[in-house]
Amino acid sequence: MDATHAHDHGHDHHPSGLMRWVKTTNHKDIGTLYLWFALIMFFVAGSMAMMIRAELFEPGMQFMHPEFFNQLTTMHGLIMIFGVIMPAFTGFANWQVPLMIGAPDMAFPRMNNWSFWLLPVAAIFLIGEFFLPGGAVAGGWTMYPPLFIQGGMSYDLNIFAVHIMGASSIMGSINIITTILNMRAPGMTMMKMPMFVWTWLITAYLLIATMPVLAGAVTMLLTDRHFGTHFFNAAGGGDPVMFQHIFWFFGHPEVYILILPAFGIISQVIPTFARKPLFGYASMVYATGSIAILSFIVWGHHMFTVGMPAAGQLFFMYSTMLIAVPTGVKVFNWVATMWKGSMTFETPMLFAVAFVCLFTMGGFSGLVLAITPVDIQLQDTYYVVAHFHYVLVSGALFSIFAGAYYWLPKWTGHMYDEKLGKLHFWLSVISMNILFFPMHFLGLAGMPRRIPDYALQFTQFNQIASIGGFIFGASQLIFLIVVLKAVRGGAKATDKVWEGAEGLEWTLPSPAPYHTFETAPMVK
Amino acid sequence: MKIKRMLGAATGVVMGLTTGLAHAAYELNLQTPETPIAGQIYHLHTMIMYVILAIFVVVFGAMFYSIYAHRKSKGHQAAHFHENTTVEVIWTIIPFFILIGMAFPATKTVLAMKDTASPDMTIKVTGYQWKWEYDYLQEGIHFFSNLSTPRDEIDNKAAKDAHYLLEVDHPLVVPTGKKIRMLVTADDVIHSWSVPAFGVKQDAIPGFIRDTWFKVDKPGIYRGQCSELCGKDHGFMPVVVEAKTPEDYAKWLADQKAKMAAVVEDPNKVYTLDEMKSKGEKVFTSHCAACHQASGMGIPGAFPALNGSKIATGDKAAHIDRVMNGKPGTAMAAFASQLSDTELAAVITYERNAWSNHTGDVIQPSEIKALRK
Repeated sequence: MDATHAHDHGHDHHPSGLMRWVKTTNHKDIGTLYLWFALIMFFVAGSMAMMIRAELFEPGMQFMHPEFFNQLTTMHGLIMIFGVIMPAFTGFANWQVPLMIGAPDMAFPRMNNWSFWLLPVAAIFLIGEFFLPGGAVAGGWTMYPPLFIQGGMSYDLNIFAVHIMGASSIMGSINIITTILNMRAPGMTMMKMPMFVWTWLITAYLLIATMPVLAGAVTMLLTDRHFGTHFFNAAGGGDPVMFQHIFWFFGHPEVYILILPAFGIISQVIPTFARKPLFGYASMVYATGSIAILSFIVWGHHMFTVGMPAAGQLFFMYSTMLIAVPTGVKVFNWVATMWKGSMTFETPMLFAVAFVCLFTMGGFSGLVLAITPVDIQLQDTYYVVAHFHYVLVSGALFSIFAGAYYWLPKWTGHMYDEKLGKLHFWLSVISMNILFFPMHFLGLAGMPRRIPDYALQFTQFNQIASIGGFIFGASQLIFLIVVLKAVRGGAKATDKVWEGAEGLEWTLPSPAPYHTFETAPMVK
Repeated sequence: MKIKRMLGAATGVVMGLTTGLAHAAYELNLQTPETPIAGQIYHLHTMIMYVILAIFVVVFGAMFYSIYAHRKSKGHQAAHFHENTTVEVIWTIIPFFILIGMAFPATKTVLAMKDTASPDMTIKVTGYQWKWEYDYLQEGIHFFSNLSTPRDEIDNKAAKDAHYLLEVDHPLVVPTGKKIRMLVTADDVIHSWSVPAFGVKQDAIPGFIRDTWFKVDKPGIYRGQCSELCGKDHGFMPVVVEAKTPEDYAKWLADQKAKMAAVVEDPNKVYTLDEMKSKGEKVFTSHCAACHQASGMGIPGAFPALNGSKIATGDKAAHIDRVMNGKPGTAMAAFASQLSDTELAAVITYERNAWSNHTGDVIQPSEIKALRK
């Protein structure tokens, strides 16, 4: 109703105040909501990481009880995944997909509103767990039974929150798929879509395929906890390991849900600042599709130590190694895009270059972990912690920073503060390595993950990691300042913003008007 | 005071860094392998590291050269190519062959690790929250293995020992030069039995038995930790294996058998309250205090207090039932299978008469025996 009404009365007419945000069906407003939500949650889950690193600064229990430490690691993981990375990417999709394909809005604007507003509810549940008797969930974000069955009422609330977030993701994905398939501007064939749109299309399919699996797994936990089923209880004919199979059938595609949109953002940023078209567009599309398909047959590599037969271990080892091929293609394509370009290094490009290099390091440690015997040695050690933080922090998170700096002028109409942006980049990239690189050594030496206290030989590297962590955490406040400054004012951004920018979004004024592409543009 | 200590530690780190990374604590690689499997894993890892390093140098050498040379500030004009089928096919196929080269030796190791056939001896290990139990199936001895690091060291009230958190009261003792098959299971939640120097890590899954094996040639003490999150004290249940020469092992075995024979309890013996309390306190410390705390106050919200609790001061039969059969769906384990009649009677007596509990009840081993079917 609002959308058509506003349409009749000109471009920027919309409700103001709080109700604008509560009732909005505008893809830009909803995108903004998602992004702010993700940023707030980033600081919430980040402060948990700071507490974890403070406790791990030296051996012995300093600041907290072991069970509170376990609550912190669990909630840090859950919130960073479901409350930060995923909503941030959905925010990008909401803002950018319609702008990039020349659509006036998302296909289902009201459902879009609902998808977003479910998230704060889930977040309140998750954070509220800390205030229940017994505290928050402490069994790890992977929620393995039977440990998960032992917990108190926060565990039930956690299941409910996961259901809500799953519903939100599924609705968001339906919206994105429908928008991309049906609302592209005339002339924009599938193989002319910007890479970011492609990666989100594939991600949305992954979400629809896997979120119901997660919902099923946690529902079985719920009935095991309260209704006497024994899905995961050997005494009743069940199997605790079955949960792991189901969970990781969701969990591994989830890993790519967290990284494919990042590939998309990087594939937009690098060509812009190399002033050269993306190298190997078609192979990029095929590589993304292959990664998505392979992601469904590698889940067992999270479970090499459960004692599966040799044939199972070999199958999952080979399929996992295979993923290195399409991932390698992507990295080679990015480097080839930069090759013989005419590069400049504004903040988005700096983050993109760091992404290519550091994400690849995460990919390399992933290759090490793909080798079953080596994985068995490193399973549940800090090596794994190092690995997934390289792909999620210097991978997913850095791509979010790259995208934010890249599109912020289009969203706000103002250039961000380049000096502060560069400061944010350099502090982040250096401290991130101080934080996570030593964890490889800790893992190789045998330090298990998820422990609140450790043996003396692990002290030095933990201290280095903690110092890196504190610097990294503090540096993120700079990002908040940059965003706030750009929202409030700054140098006026041009329509094109970046000299090498290509694509429909750059044909619009900056900031992008409230309603855009009411008449579809023609794509050559 | 904490801030002071952290500052002290921070200067320590800076000094540590300036005095050089060669310091022994900066361990950069896998632990020294002590079994053939661990050796194979070590070599696999080294081989992959070389491959990775080579790819890294080539790819990022190209990228950083490009960043250096192909920049606008140097006046470089952008080329316009955006695909090259030959190049793309080549860099899809080459990695494929590199991967096959890596998969081949890895496959051999996988098969070797899985080969638990014809062992010289078999030991069953059971994970509990938060201790290990070792069962020498052929020799007929078994014992629990608890963390032996004193609480004061964990709470920073005492100086930490060199093997802080990696020491236990009763290590697993094995002979050198023998193929030892470990049957791994758990009683409550999933644990993982891991000794890095052996290249062994096997999840302990309640209700299922998995196996793994090792053969260690050098006598010595080898340390690992539980490697699957198992609750509050996951970080406090180390694995310690002592490898002895076959002769020393035989001596140790005879010793253990003699000790076990000496402590065989008469289930019909009648004890006094004080005897039971002092016996019970020991059992409580090693099996109950992790959750319910030595003070009997538990941890509010997570683990209930026993001091003044309804169960520990109320109906005796209900108390015995709770200790023997546990409370399903919570961390309260069924101790009937873990403790002897005398131990159960003692710990229940202790709980009913410790702290502010003064029921005066003495539970005798015969009462527990009668309840066992």
